Amino acid sequence: MTHFDEMRLGGQARPPYDDYQSWFDRQDPKRLLQKAGDAERVFRRTGITFAVYGDTEAAERLIPFDIVPRIISGKEWRRLVQGIEQRVQALNAFLDDIYHRQEILRAGRIPKEIVANNAAFLPEMIGVRPPGGVYTHIIGVDIVRTGENDFFVLEDNARTPSGVSYMLENRETMMQLFPELFQQVKVRPVENYPQLLRESLTAVAPQGRDGSPTIAVLTPGSFNSAYFEHAFLADQMGVELVEGSDLRVVDGHVAMRTTQGYKKIDVLYRRVDDDYLDPLTFKPDSVLGVPGIMDVYRAGNIAIANAPGTGIADDKAIYSYMPEIVEFYTGRKAILQNVETWRCSEPNALAYVLEHLDELVVKEVHGSGGYGMLVGPAASKKERAAFAKKLIARPGNYIAQPTLALSTCPILTSKGLAPRHVDLRPFVLVSDRIQIVPGGLTRVALKKGSLVVNSSQGGGTKDTWVLDD
Amino acid sequence: MLLGRSANGLYWMHRYIERAENMARLVDTGLRLALTQSGAASDEWASVLTSAGVRDVFEKENSDYDTATVSNFLLRDLGNPSSVISSMETARMNARMVRTSLTRETWESVNEAWMALTRMLKRRIDEPDLPAVLDAVKRETALIRGAFQGTMLRNEIFDFAQIGTLIERADNTSRILDVKYYVLLPSVAWVGSSLDNHQWQTILRSVSAQRSYRWTYDGDYKPANVADYLILDRRMPRSLAFCYGGICQSLDYLAEAYGMRHPCHDLAAAKFDKLKSATVEDIFEEGLHEFLKEFIRDNGLLGDQVAADFRFY
Repeated sequence: MTHFDEMRLGGQARPPYDDYQSWFDRQDPKRLLQKAGDAERVFRRTGITFAVYGDTEAAERLIPFDIVPRIISGKEWRRLVQGIEQRVQALNAFLDDIYHRQEILRAGRIPKEIVANNAAFLPEMIGVRPPGGVYTHIIGVDIVRTGENDFFVLEDNARTPSGVSYMLENRETMMQLFPELFQQVKVRPVENYPQLLRESLTAVAPQGRDGSPTIAVLTPGSFNSAYFEHAFLADQMGVELVEGSDLRVVDGHVAMRTTQGYKKIDVLYRRVDDDYLDPLTFKPDSVLGVPGIMDVYRAGNIAIANAPGTGIADDKAIYSYMPEIVEFYTGRKAILQNVETWRCSEPNALAYVLEHLDELVVKEVHGSGGYGMLVGPAASKKERAAFAKKLIARPGNYIAQPTLALSTCPILTSKGLAPRHVDLRPFVLVSDRIQIVPGGLTRVALKKGSLVVNSSQGGGTKDTWVLDD
Repeated sequence: MLLGRSANGLYWMHRYIERAENMARLVDTGLRLALTQSGAASDEWASVLTSAGVRDVFEKENSDYDTATVSNFLLRDLGNPSSVISSMETARMNARMVRTSLTRETWESVNEAWMALTRMLKRRIDEPDLPAVLDAVKRETALIRGAFQGTMLRNEIFDFAQIGTLIERADNTSRILDVKYYVLLPSVAWVGSSLDNHQWQTILRSVSAQRSYRWTYDGDYKPANVADYLILDRRMPRSLAFCYGGICQSLDYLAEAYGMRHPCHDLAAAKFDKLKSATVEDIFEEGLHEFLKEFIRDNGLLGDQVAADFRFY
């Protein structure tokens, strides 16, 4: 399989990388490697770490950072933005529809069972209209590239997408390491993301408040793998970082316990999953959420971002219908392509998948983070046989996709530049408008030939540049 | 506006940093005694453990009161919640929880101290390496204090941290005195043996006050002076009176900022008044041991009252 190299084409730099390449050629490779070491020390010292579940040896690990930027031209970016905006509009329209009139089901564009029998569909949300009519305030759209003009959406993360703190810290680190580079290459800034997030959350606050709304970030706590990000965003927005134990319902509002008593919250940016949000409505033994918050929500007295029940929109089974969904709600063909997807719940598809297991990537419908998936071409015969058994036992639990020829971008190794596979997660903010910060999180598989970019599986990150051209 | 949980985190973060530093100082004292007084070394290590309030925990797992066993227990035993390594772990965990309330310098100093000390304390420490390790603990905690004092805004965040530091310190000083109270009693003062002289110096050393004591009392080692210095001298930064002066100041700032006084204000003020008006003779009259016992108890109660009044939980 040949792979599209984003930096080099026919022995030359591709145009977006022109200026970077000429800067790179003037650098002393030893010094660059040293800088890479500096970067790691900075991350370690500032405590930008994440926890890996089940890894007791290294309770806190760094996501490896590579100092070669991933560069996207202004033109490429504009096209991506159009496609993402369209998709995000469709996702919100779909959610509103699915929790109200369910026109798309009546029209027979997607099967009823796939919604009704889906754990991510919350009956508690039926008939509830969130403040401002927004369901997914923050979305991370995972995009992969296979050629000059071939971009695919791999996943719509519409629940609680993470990684934006890495986007910001990676840029900060690059600017510290190579200030001169940013004078030579015009890169669009990303650092106003926290401010845009705050404005966005302010815009969806429940109506009828005087003064500016009180916003808080809800974290499961300091042992959560993404705790650093929760603290980082609260800090950068200048809002409180709260845990479930800080909150309770007081006089029909959600309020946080301060040193001076309880104070009302208007907007909650929650980084706690639906299941744990309200023990009175969902998991009764959850201590991460707030008892009664769903009643406050239904009464319209708090905005929750993202709204409960948005998982139905990024479910991998629903994903396969995204082209229909986009067309149904926007009246146009999807600008960004979907990856061809086999739903193993369908007997024909299952038969095909079992027969072509060595070519396909098989994922759990509700899985995430690269756990529980099979990369066919990279797996051994034994691994494939074991996976086939699981597939046959619970076909509805899986989807399969072709192994994409993911584009590569070089990383710096001790032997110089070496191509590695990458993906891209731009972050989208939805309020009364849609905003996308020019950039995103580029994840890179550090192992040669590997297609798995997840940080929990040994992936790293890169600073992502959108050129101001 | 500050979350009750954040106030709690700041308070305990600072208590544990203070505790880590005090542990290093106690080990330092024990080490000095063990070097100079070979015969009574195990007695001295036992009293160090009592001062540290961890003798019960120690005796569950250990029976030898020698330098290596005790110092490793106080420095790097994870089963000892007050060991330097456990204290740093707890301090850093709390710091991580409240990191949005800390300046970058403060957070990084805590994180770096935690990294350096956990690395250093991973392996058993041999006696010849002890001084270097103790210096490192004192240096790292001093860096945290420096970053904190030098960069933090004097607001409620600062006050809760300050209260934590000073309640811990008052607890530490009063425990050190209580373990050695008998050598300070006037009844034995006239004995004036070199052993007692040594004991007083030990007390001073364990609160880093040998030199400043000499400045203040011109090198005149009298038990009443030592007690007076560590209990009532408001300019001695580890004395009980100094700690309560600081606690009351921070509590008063909080009352001003919040426009409200709580029961903890009265508790702290009453204690401070007593420390301001008492003489060392009054205290000996009352009974030094009784005075200290009551102080340790009330100091703990003040901590609980602060937690209740400012909704830590």
